[in-house]
Amino acid sequence: MNKLELSSFYQLTSVRLKLFVREPEAIFWIFVFPILLAVGLGIAFRNRPADVLPVGATTAQLARALAADKGLAAKTLDEAAGTHELATGQIVLLAIQREDGVAYKYDDTNPDARTARLLADRAIQTAAGRKDAVQAGNELVHEAGARYIDFAVPGLLGLNLMGSAMWGLGFAIVDERKKKLLKRLVASPMPKSQYLGSFLVSRLGMLIIEVAFFLGFAKLAFGVPFRGSLWQLGLLCLMTSMAFSALGLLVSSRAKTTEAVSGLMNLVMLPMWILSGVFFSASRFPAVIQPVVRALPLTAAIEAMRGNMLQGTGLQLMVPQVLILLVWFVLPFAVSLRIFRWR
Amino acid sequence: MGRRQVAASSANGLALLIRGLRKAYADVVAVDGLDLEVTRGECFGLLGPNGAGKTTTIEICEGLTAPDSGTVEVLGLNWSSGATELRQRIGIQLQETQFPDKLTVEETLRMFRSFFKRGIPVEESIRTAQLDEKRSARVGGLSGGQKQRLAMATALVGDPELLFLDEPTTGLDPQARRHLWDLVDELKQAGRTIILTTHYMDEAERLCDRVAIMDHGKVIALGTPQQLIGSIGGEDIVEFAVTAADASAHGVVDVARLTAIGGVQSHRVDAGLHQLSVSELHLAVPRIFEVLKEQGLHLSEFRTHSATLEDVFVRLTGRNLRDE
Repeated sequence: MNKLELSSFYQLTSVRLKLFVREPEAIFWIFVFPILLAVGLGIAFRNRPADVLPVGATTAQLARALAADKGLAAKTLDEAAGTHELATGQIVLLAIQREDGVAYKYDDTNPDARTARLLADRAIQTAAGRKDAVQAGNELVHEAGARYIDFAVPGLLGLNLMGSAMWGLGFAIVDERKKKLLKRLVASPMPKSQYLGSFLVSRLGMLIIEVAFFLGFAKLAFGVPFRGSLWQLGLLCLMTSMAFSALGLLVSSRAKTTEAVSGLMNLVMLPMWILSGVFFSASRFPAVIQPVVRALPLTAAIEAMRGNMLQGTGLQLMVPQVLILLVWFVLPFAVSLRIFRWR
Repeated sequence: MGRRQVAASSANGLALLIRGLRKAYADVVAVDGLDLEVTRGECFGLLGPNGAGKTTTIEICEGLTAPDSGTVEVLGLNWSSGATELRQRIGIQLQETQFPDKLTVEETLRMFRSFFKRGIPVEESIRTAQLDEKRSARVGGLSGGQKQRLAMATALVGDPELLFLDEPTTGLDPQARRHLWDLVDELKQAGRTIILTTHYMDEAERLCDRVAIMDHGKVIALGTPQQLIGSIGGEDIVEFAVTAADASAHGVVDVARLTAIGGVQSHRVDAGLHQLSVSELHLAVPRIFEVLKEQGLHLSEFRTHSATLEDVFVRLTGRNLRDE
């Protein structure tokens, strides 16, 4: 055997990595699941070209006037039939010819109907000879960075780092405690700190692959922008992963069964799924709970990653978030070292 | 084998010294004032029923459990000051360790080997445990006996001076047990000191140079298997059950007449089965037949066997080893 093979730290770390890659479920949850989530969100919230709105008119002349607008598809039908189609959602607006002019029948709580009302009136007034008082032209932009997927990718990245770190540590440790392998290991001359250290180092190895894989996909498939420094983004990912590794260690330091640790882990992670602004901005929550929301590690991580990726903000301007992540690393780690049970 | 010279490192030649050891859990006293000495090169067995305190005792010796009081010296060192060195010098096999299913035999052993400063090559531990064919197999696919031999190999990779085996064959089928016994035999031949616990009396008889029989946290008998068996007075055990010759009368045995027979050392009855320990079987058995016939009794069962450690335990406690 060579020197490396005789190093216990090398052996423990390589065992960690082997056990991870030999677990197909883990591969799915860490690599495939976030990508599926991103694809799903990307499809659901894609920015579509403006829809053509279906409208109706009671006379053929009105219908012709409406059809002149590219944003409208008009058909002719009498008032009774039109009202029925309106009620069943086949058209969003009905233009009715009255003796003294035109009446629009529509639901003003429906944004599409309100848009149709503006377009229809413009079309009918133009057909009747109205001239614009001011000449106006359009310059269209479709900016990457302002779309929902750009908002969601940093959120999903944070979510993924949380899940993989917590499950990766917490579940594996409790499983080995339950199988009495921990007891067997401390009965050997294994340095205890190396056991925990091997988890952190193997996590680091997985992290690089995991993050590169997910962000690479987001860049290629959605053109998500990277406006900030890449090494700072990497550092943020590292801090996030370490904070959640420490939390995973804390959660697993006493639990005797994998069921117990799963429950504890969900207890820790579920509130963050909702509160930390993964899918929508955390600022939507009431002001009273904002201090709590802001202090959560996932909120800090996602805010900082969004700042980096979308606004190009440097770490020096995100000191609170960085500090929150560091505190969430140091405290749980220190506590778990004190209360950790080997058997 | 690249073994270290054993005798040089200890002045008194003792592998283990226990004095006044006590350990109580919330509601039970697991170990209740234990004294033991194990010399180097010896294979020493702690025999007793489940709950006798064997595992607590061995785990205190292994430095995994702290005693309430008493002293434990392992290889002349104690756990409070010499833990780091001791961990390097002993090999441990615990009850019911499950090694990771998805590692191979070789990977598991390489990991354990890396914890020791000195030791035997992984290949040698695989050969000793007779796992050559399984070296690249995943642990999850091993049989119970193979897993137990792997556990043994993880205890051997550090080339230990002292080996602790806690119930090494519990749960194994007879063939796998014999296989493991052969392995322990080889380790004995190689001169290693072995301390094992078991609740199988045949295992203790077969493997151990000396045996301590434990019950309720105390040593109730100590000696070589032959000494212990000899201590109950007879080398053989006669077991019989009777009914009255004519069905109307009850089959009442006059015990005094039986024990008066030359060579019969003792009598006990358990669930209708009479047990005599007997020293000169060929002379005593005809007399037993006569006495029973004279009492008008009819034998419904009769057998004899050589006395075992089981009989020693029964004699000392009135219970069977496997009662609990």
